[in-house]
Amino acid sequence: MSSEALTATSYIQHHIQNMTYGQLPAGYERTDGTVLDQAMWTFAHSAAEAKAMGFWAWHVDTLGWSIVLGIIFCFCFYRIAKDATTATPGKWANFLEWVFELVDKCVKESFHAKSDVVAPLALTVFCWVFLMNLMDLVPVDWLPKAAALISGDPHIFFKVVPTTDPNATFALSISVFVLIIFYSIKSKGIGGFIGELTLHPFESKNIVGKMLLVLPNLLLEGVALLAKPISLALRLFGNLYAGELIFILIAMLGYWQLPAHFIWAVFHILIIILQAFIFMMLTIVYLSMATEHH
Amino acid sequence: METILAFTALGVLLVLGMGAFGTAIGFGLLGGKFLEGAARQPELAPMLQVKMFLVAGLIDAVTMIGIGFGMWFTFANPYLEALKAAAGH
Repeated sequence: MSSEALTATSYIQHHIQNMTYGQLPAGYERTDGTVLDQAMWTFAHSAAEAKAMGFWAWHVDTLGWSIVLGIIFCFCFYRIAKDATTATPGKWANFLEWVFELVDKCVKESFHAKSDVVAPLALTVFCWVFLMNLMDLVPVDWLPKAAALISGDPHIFFKVVPTTDPNATFALSISVFVLIIFYSIKSKGIGGFIGELTLHPFESKNIVGKMLLVLPNLLLEGVALLAKPISLALRLFGNLYAGELIFILIAMLGYWQLPAHFIWAVFHILIIILQAFIFMMLTIVYLSMATEHH
Repeated sequence: METILAFTALGVLLVLGMGAFGTAIGFGLLGGKFLEGAARQPELAPMLQVKMFLVAGLIDAVTMIGIGFGMWFTFANPYLEALKAAAGH
Protein backbone atom coordinates (compact mmCIF):
# COMPACT_ATOMS: atom_id res chain seq x y z
CA MET A 1 0.00 0.00 0.00
CA SER A 2 2.79 2.46 0.81
CA SER A 3 4.49 1.73 -2.50
CA GLU A 4 1.30 2.54 -4.46
CA ALA A 5 1.52 5.64 -6.63
CA LEU A 6 -1.03 8.38 -5.97
CA THR A 7 -3.53 8.12 -8.80
CA ALA A 8 -6.97 9.67 -9.07
CA THR A 9 -8.67 6.35 -8.38
CA SER A 10 -6.47 5.53 -5.40
CA TYR A 11 -7.09 9.01 -3.93
CA ILE A 12 -10.84 8.54 -4.24
CA GLN A 13 -10.74 4.99 -2.91
CA HIS A 14 -8.65 6.16 0.03
CA HIS A 15 -11.22 8.80 0.91
CA ILE A 16 -14.26 6.57 0.71
CA GLN A 17 -12.92 3.87 3.05
CA ASN A 18 -13.87 3.94 6.73
CA MET A 19 -11.45 3.22 9.58
CA THR A 20 -12.41 -0.41 10.19
CA TYR A 21 -11.57 -2.43 13.30
CA GLY A 22 -12.35 -6.10 12.97
CA GLN A 23 -11.17 -9.68 13.10
CA LEU A 24 -9.03 -11.09 10.31
CA PRO A 25 -9.12 -14.90 9.98
CA ALA A 26 -6.14 -17.17 10.60
CA GLY A 27 -3.97 -17.72 7.56
CA TYR A 28 -4.94 -14.37 6.02
CA GLU A 29 -2.19 -12.55 4.10
CA ARG A 30 -2.13 -8.83 4.92
CA THR A 31 -1.16 -6.01 2.55
CA ASP A 32 2.36 -5.72 3.93
CA GLY A 33 2.90 -9.42 3.21
CA THR A 34 2.74 -10.87 6.74
CA VAL A 35 0.58 -13.98 7.13
CA LEU A 36 -1.51 -14.28 10.29
CA ASP A 37 -1.01 -17.55 12.15
CA GLN A 38 -4.15 -17.01 14.22
CA ALA A 39 -7.27 -14.87 13.98
CA MET A 40 -6.52 -11.33 15.10
CA TRP A 41 -8.52 -8.18 15.96
CA THR A 42 -6.86 -5.25 14.22
CA PHE A 43 -7.35 -2.11 12.14
CA ALA A 44 -7.68 -2.65 8.41
CA HIS A 45 -4.81 -1.29 6.31
CA SER A 46 -6.56 -1.63 2.96
CA ALA A 47 -10.03 -1.89 1.47
CA ALA A 48 -9.50 -5.62 0.81
CA GLU A 49 -8.67 -6.24 4.47
CA ALA A 50 -11.73 -4.25 5.55
CA LYS A 51 -13.87 -6.42 3.29
CA ALA A 52 -12.29 -9.61 4.68
CA MET A 53 -13.29 -8.55 8.18
CA GLY A 54 -16.89 -9.19 7.24
CA PHE A 55 -20.06 -7.88 8.84
CA TRP A 56 -18.92 -7.79 12.46
CA ALA A 57 -16.34 -5.04 12.03
CA TRP A 58 -16.56 -1.60 13.63
CA HIS A 59 -16.29 1.68 11.73
CA VAL A 60 -14.37 3.50 14.45
CA ASP A 61 -14.38 6.90 12.72
CA THR A 62 -18.18 6.87 12.23
CA LEU A 63 -18.78 5.84 15.84
CA GLY A 64 -16.32 8.38 17.19
CA TRP A 65 -17.57 11.38 15.23
CA SER A 66 -21.26 10.62 15.78
CA ILE A 67 -20.73 10.28 19.55
CA VAL A 68 -18.62 13.47 19.72
CA LEU A 69 -21.23 15.45 17.74
CA GLY A 70 -24.04 14.03 19.90
CA ILE A 71 -22.21 15.17 23.03
CA ILE A 72 -21.74 18.65 21.53
CA PHE A 73 -25.47 18.84 20.74
CA CYS A 74 -26.49 17.70 24.24
CA PHE A 75 -23.98 20.05 25.88
CA CYS A 76 -25.10 23.15 23.92
CA PHE A 77 -28.78 22.66 24.65
CA TYR A 78 -28.11 21.71 28.29
CA ARG A 79 -26.15 24.91 28.91
CA ILE A 80 -28.82 27.08 27.31
CA ALA A 81 -31.62 25.32 29.18
CA LYS A 82 -29.82 25.60 32.50
CA ASP A 83 -29.13 29.33 32.12
CA ALA A 84 -32.56 30.19 30.71
CA THR A 85 -33.99 33.37 32.29
CA THR A 86 -36.89 35.66 31.44
CA ALA A 87 -34.40 38.38 30.52
CA THR A 88 -33.54 39.05 26.86
CA PRO A 89 -31.61 36.02 25.58
CA GLY A 90 -28.10 36.27 24.15
CA LYS A 91 -27.37 35.50 20.48
CA TRP A 92 -26.59 31.81 21.03
CA ALA A 93 -29.62 31.27 23.30
CA ASN A 94 -31.78 33.10 20.78
CA PHE A 95 -30.65 30.83 17.96
CA LEU A 96 -31.17 27.62 19.91
CA GLU A 97 -34.59 28.79 21.11
CA TRP A 98 -35.51 29.49 17.45
CA VAL A 99 -34.51 25.93 16.51
CA PHE A 100 -36.52 24.60 19.45
CA GLU A 101 -39.63 26.55 18.42
CA LEU A 102 -39.29 25.42 14.80
CA VAL A 103 -39.26 21.76 15.84
CA ASP A 104 -42.12 22.38 18.29
CA LYS A 105 -44.22 23.93 15.53
CA CYS A 106 -43.57 21.00 13.17
CA VAL A 107 -44.52 18.47 15.85
CA LYS A 108 -47.70 20.35 16.81
CA GLU A 109 -48.81 20.53 13.18
CA SER A 110 -48.31 16.85 12.38
CA PHE A 111 -48.54 14.79 15.57
CA HIS A 112 -51.97 14.77 17.17
CA ALA A 113 -51.77 12.18 19.93
CA LYS A 114 -50.20 12.67 23.35
CA SER A 115 -46.56 11.72 23.78
CA ASP A 116 -43.57 12.84 25.81
CA VAL A 117 -41.10 11.27 23.42
CA VAL A 118 -41.90 12.61 19.95
CA ALA A 119 -40.90 16.27 20.33
CA PRO A 120 -37.52 15.58 22.01
CA LEU A 121 -36.93 12.80 19.49
CA ALA A 122 -37.64 15.22 16.62
CA LEU A 123 -35.29 17.83 18.10
CA THR A 124 -32.53 15.23 18.60
CA VAL A 125 -32.94 13.80 15.09
CA PHE A 126 -32.90 17.23 13.47
CA CYS A 127 -29.91 18.65 15.36
CA TRP A 128 -27.83 15.48 15.39
CA VAL A 129 -28.33 14.71 11.69
CA PHE A 130 -27.63 18.38 10.85
CA LEU A 131 -24.38 18.37 12.89
CA MET A 132 -23.26 15.11 11.27
CA ASN A 133 -24.03 16.50 7.81
CA LEU A 134 -22.23 19.75 8.68
CA MET A 135 -18.92 17.88 8.92
CA ASP A 136 -19.09 17.55 5.13
CA LEU A 137 -18.34 21.28 4.75
CA VAL A 138 -14.87 20.90 6.31
CA PRO A 139 -12.38 20.75 3.37
CA VAL A 140 -11.78 17.17 2.26
CA ASP A 141 -8.16 16.63 3.28
CA TRP A 142 -7.85 18.71 6.45
CA LEU A 143 -9.18 16.30 9.10
CA PRO A 144 -7.74 13.09 7.51
CA LYS A 145 -4.30 14.78 7.23
CA ALA A 146 -4.55 15.90 10.88
CA ALA A 147 -5.44 12.33 11.86
CA ALA A 148 -2.49 11.01 9.86
CA LEU A 149 -0.14 13.45 11.62
CA ILE A 150 -1.47 12.61 15.09
CA SER A 151 -1.46 8.85 14.59
CA GLY A 152 1.80 8.71 12.63
CA ASP A 153 0.26 6.49 9.94
CA PRO A 154 0.21 8.38 6.60
CA HIS A 155 -2.29 5.98 5.04
CA ILE A 156 -4.86 6.08 7.82
CA PHE A 157 -8.48 5.91 6.70
CA PHE A 158 -10.57 8.66 8.32
CA LYS A 159 -14.06 9.58 7.15
CA VAL A 160 -15.43 12.45 9.24
CA VAL A 161 -19.04 12.53 7.99
CA PRO A 162 -20.93 9.77 9.85
CA THR A 163 -24.00 10.07 7.61
CA THR A 164 -21.98 8.97 4.57
CA ASP A 165 -21.69 5.59 6.30
CA PRO A 166 -24.88 3.58 5.66
CA ASN A 167 -24.37 1.95 9.08
CA ALA A 168 -25.08 5.29 10.79
CA THR A 169 -28.13 6.17 8.71
CA PHE A 170 -29.58 2.68 9.09
CA ALA A 171 -28.99 2.86 12.85
CA LEU A 172 -31.10 6.03 12.98
CA SER A 173 -33.84 4.68 10.73
CA ILE A 174 -34.05 1.25 12.39
CA SER A 175 -34.41 3.01 15.76
CA VAL A 176 -37.27 5.06 14.31
CA PHE A 177 -38.77 1.85 12.86
CA VAL A 178 -38.70 0.16 16.26
CA LEU A 179 -40.45 3.22 17.70
CA ILE A 180 -43.07 3.09 14.92
CA ILE A 181 -43.90 -0.53 15.74
CA PHE A 182 -43.85 0.18 19.49
CA TYR A 183 -46.25 3.12 19.13
CA SER A 184 -48.51 1.16 16.76
CA ILE A 185 -48.83 -1.68 19.23
CA LYS A 186 -49.20 0.70 22.18
CA SER A 187 -52.09 2.64 20.63
CA LYS A 188 -53.88 -0.14 18.76
CA GLY A 189 -52.86 -3.30 20.60
CA ILE A 190 -51.20 -6.30 18.98
CA GLY A 191 -54.51 -7.38 17.44
CA GLY A 192 -55.12 -3.95 15.99
CA PHE A 193 -51.58 -3.75 14.60
CA ILE A 194 -51.79 -7.16 12.90
CA GLY A 195 -55.30 -6.34 11.74
CA GLU A 196 -54.05 -3.17 10.12
CA LEU A 197 -51.47 -5.18 8.20
CA THR A 198 -53.78 -8.01 7.10
CA LEU A 199 -57.26 -6.48 6.73
CA HIS A 200 -56.37 -3.41 4.65
CA PRO A 201 -56.64 -2.32 1.84
CA PHE A 202 -58.69 -5.23 0.45
CA GLU A 203 -61.64 -5.86 2.77
CA SER A 204 -64.24 -8.58 2.91
CA LYS A 205 -67.41 -9.17 4.89
CA ASN A 206 -67.16 -12.88 5.62
CA ILE A 207 -64.41 -14.79 7.38
CA VAL A 208 -63.42 -16.89 4.33
CA GLY A 209 -62.88 -13.81 2.21
CA LYS A 210 -60.85 -12.25 5.00
CA MET A 211 -58.61 -15.32 5.20
CA LEU A 212 -58.06 -15.34 1.44
CA LEU A 213 -57.19 -11.65 1.35
CA VAL A 214 -54.67 -11.86 4.22
CA LEU A 215 -51.78 -12.72 1.90
CA PRO A 216 -52.19 -9.93 -0.71
CA ASN A 217 -52.89 -7.41 2.05
CA LEU A 218 -49.82 -8.53 3.98
CA LEU A 219 -47.67 -8.23 0.86
CA LEU A 220 -48.78 -4.67 0.10
CA GLU A 221 -48.80 -3.42 3.67
CA GLY A 222 -45.53 -5.22 4.47
CA VAL A 223 -43.73 -3.52 1.60
CA ALA A 224 -45.14 -0.14 2.63
CA LEU A 225 -44.04 -0.76 6.22
CA LEU A 226 -40.51 -1.86 5.28
CA ALA A 227 -40.13 0.94 2.74
CA LYS A 228 -40.24 3.47 5.58
CA PRO A 229 -36.96 2.72 7.36
CA ILE A 230 -35.16 1.68 4.16
CA SER A 231 -36.08 4.86 2.31
CA LEU A 232 -35.31 7.04 5.36
CA ALA A 233 -31.81 5.56 5.66
CA LEU A 234 -30.94 5.43 1.97
CA ARG A 235 -32.27 8.91 1.18
CA LEU A 236 -29.98 10.51 3.78
CA PHE A 237 -27.05 8.23 2.86
CA GLY A 238 -27.41 8.77 -0.88
CA ASN A 239 -27.59 12.56 -0.64
CA LEU A 240 -24.60 12.85 1.68
CA TYR A 241 -22.46 10.21 -0.09
CA ALA A 242 -23.01 11.88 -3.45
CA GLY A 243 -22.20 15.29 -1.95
CA GLU A 244 -19.00 14.07 -0.33
CA LEU A 245 -17.91 12.29 -3.51
CA ILE A 246 -18.36 15.46 -5.54
CA PHE A 247 -16.21 17.34 -2.99
CA ILE A 248 -13.52 14.65 -3.43
CA LEU A 249 -13.76 14.86 -7.23
CA ILE A 250 -13.51 18.68 -7.16
CA ALA A 251 -10.46 18.36 -4.87
CA MET A 252 -8.59 16.69 -7.72
CA LEU A 253 -8.88 19.72 -10.03
CA GLY A 254 -5.79 21.60 -8.84
CA TYR A 255 -6.20 25.38 -8.50
CA TRP A 256 -9.57 25.38 -10.26
CA GLN A 257 -11.01 23.65 -7.25
CA LEU A 258 -11.40 26.88 -5.26
CA PRO A 259 -14.35 28.42 -7.16
CA ALA A 260 -15.88 25.00 -7.80
CA HIS A 261 -15.62 24.06 -4.10
CA PHE A 262 -17.27 27.35 -3.12
CA ILE A 263 -20.21 26.92 -5.50
CA TRP A 264 -20.81 23.32 -4.51
CA ALA A 265 -20.44 24.13 -0.78
CA VAL A 266 -23.12 26.83 -1.03
CA PHE A 267 -25.49 24.36 -2.70
CA HIS A 268 -24.54 21.70 -0.17
CA ILE A 269 -25.52 23.97 2.74
CA LEU A 270 -29.08 23.83 1.44
CA ILE A 271 -28.91 20.03 1.04
CA ILE A 272 -27.68 19.31 4.56
CA ILE A 273 -30.35 21.45 6.23
CA LEU A 274 -33.03 20.05 3.93
CA GLN A 275 -32.08 16.41 4.54
CA ALA A 276 -32.03 16.87 8.32
CA PHE A 277 -35.43 18.61 8.12
CA ILE A 278 -36.91 15.86 5.93
CA PHE A 279 -35.62 13.11 8.24
CA MET A 280 -37.23 14.90 11.20
CA MET A 281 -40.54 15.57 9.39
CA LEU A 282 -40.84 11.99 8.17
CA THR A 283 -40.07 10.67 11.67
CA ILE A 284 -42.88 12.83 13.07
CA VAL A 285 -45.29 11.88 10.27
CA TYR A 286 -44.58 8.12 10.55
CA LEU A 287 -45.04 8.22 14.33
CA SER A 288 -48.25 10.20 13.89
CA MET A 289 -49.52 7.58 11.41
CA ALA A 290 -48.60 4.87 13.90
CA THR A 291 -50.76 6.39 16.63
CA GLU A 292 -53.74 7.14 14.43
CA HIS A 293 -56.85 4.99 14.52
CA HIS A 294 -58.91 4.42 11.42
CA MET B 1 -12.90 -8.00 -17.55
CA GLU B 2 -13.29 -5.38 -20.28
CA THR B 3 -16.86 -6.55 -20.76
CA ILE B 4 -17.60 -6.07 -17.08
CA LEU B 5 -16.03 -2.60 -17.05
CA ALA B 6 -17.83 -1.54 -20.21
CA PHE B 7 -21.24 -2.71 -19.09
CA THR B 8 -20.74 -1.26 -15.61
CA ALA B 9 -19.99 2.12 -17.15
CA LEU B 10 -23.12 1.91 -19.30
CA GLY B 11 -25.21 0.79 -16.35
CA VAL B 12 -24.01 3.67 -14.16
CA LEU B 13 -24.74 6.14 -16.96
CA LEU B 14 -28.28 4.79 -17.33
CA VAL B 15 -28.91 5.02 -13.59
CA LEU B 16 -27.64 8.59 -13.38
CA GLY B 17 -29.29 9.72 -16.61
CA MET B 18 -32.73 8.30 -15.92
CA GLY B 19 -32.58 9.57 -12.35
CA ALA B 20 -31.76 13.05 -13.59
CA PHE B 21 -34.56 12.86 -16.17
CA GLY B 22 -37.21 11.83 -13.67
CA THR B 23 -36.06 14.32 -11.04
CA ALA B 24 -36.04 17.19 -13.52
CA ILE B 25 -39.62 16.49 -14.62
CA GLY B 26 -40.72 16.04 -11.01
CA PHE B 27 -39.17 19.29 -9.84
CA GLY B 28 -40.56 21.14 -12.84
CA LEU B 29 -44.11 20.02 -12.06
CA LEU B 30 -43.65 20.70 -8.34
CA GLY B 31 -42.26 24.18 -8.86
CA GLY B 32 -44.92 25.02 -11.42
CA LYS B 33 -47.75 24.00 -9.11
CA PHE B 34 -46.19 25.94 -6.25
CA LEU B 35 -45.95 29.11 -8.36
CA GLU B 36 -49.55 28.70 -9.49
CA GLY B 37 -50.75 28.25 -5.93
CA ALA B 38 -48.69 31.20 -4.69
CA ALA B 39 -50.06 33.40 -7.49
CA ARG B 40 -53.62 32.45 -6.62
CA GLN B 41 -53.24 33.00 -2.85
CA PRO B 42 -50.09 34.98 -2.00
CA GLU B 43 -50.76 34.83 1.74
CA LEU B 44 -50.27 31.04 1.68
CA ALA B 45 -46.90 31.28 -0.08
CA PRO B 46 -44.66 30.78 3.03
CA MET B 47 -46.58 27.68 4.16
CA LEU B 48 -46.57 26.28 0.61
CA GLN B 49 -42.85 26.92 0.32
CA VAL B 50 -42.09 24.82 3.41
CA LYS B 51 -44.23 21.99 2.06
CA MET B 52 -42.58 22.35 -1.35
CA PHE B 53 -39.14 21.75 0.14
CA LEU B 54 -40.46 18.70 1.95
CA VAL B 55 -41.79 17.17 -1.27
CA ALA B 56 -38.59 18.20 -3.06
CA GLY B 57 -36.60 16.05 -0.65
CA LEU B 58 -38.90 13.11 -1.30
CA ILE B 59 -38.55 13.48 -5.08
CA ASP B 60 -34.77 13.50 -4.74
CA ALA B 61 -34.73 10.35 -2.63
CA VAL B 62 -34.65 7.50 -5.14
CA THR B 63 -32.41 9.52 -7.50
CA MET B 64 -29.89 9.94 -4.70
CA ILE B 65 -30.10 6.25 -3.86
CA GLY B 66 -29.34 5.63 -7.53
CA ILE B 67 -26.38 7.99 -7.42
CA GLY B 68 -25.09 6.22 -4.32
CA PHE B 69 -25.29 2.86 -6.09
CA GLY B 70 -23.72 4.35 -9.22
CA MET B 71 -20.73 5.69 -7.30
CA TRP B 72 -20.35 2.36 -5.50
CA PHE B 73 -20.24 0.50 -8.85
CA THR B 74 -17.78 3.02 -10.30
CA PHE B 75 -15.22 2.96 -7.50
CA ALA B 76 -15.70 -0.38 -5.74
CA ASN B 77 -17.16 -2.59 -8.45
CA PRO B 78 -18.37 -5.83 -6.82
CA TYR B 79 -18.45 -7.67 -10.16
CA LEU B 80 -14.77 -6.88 -10.69
CA GLU B 81 -13.93 -8.25 -7.26
CA ALA B 82 -15.96 -11.37 -7.92
CA LEU B 83 -14.00 -11.79 -11.16
CA LYS B 84 -10.69 -11.34 -9.34
CA ALA B 85 -11.76 -13.85 -6.68
CA ALA B 86 -12.78 -16.36 -9.36
CA ALA B 87 -9.53 -15.82 -11.28
CA GLY B 88 -7.44 -16.13 -8.12
CA HIS B 89 -8.65 -19.67 -7.46
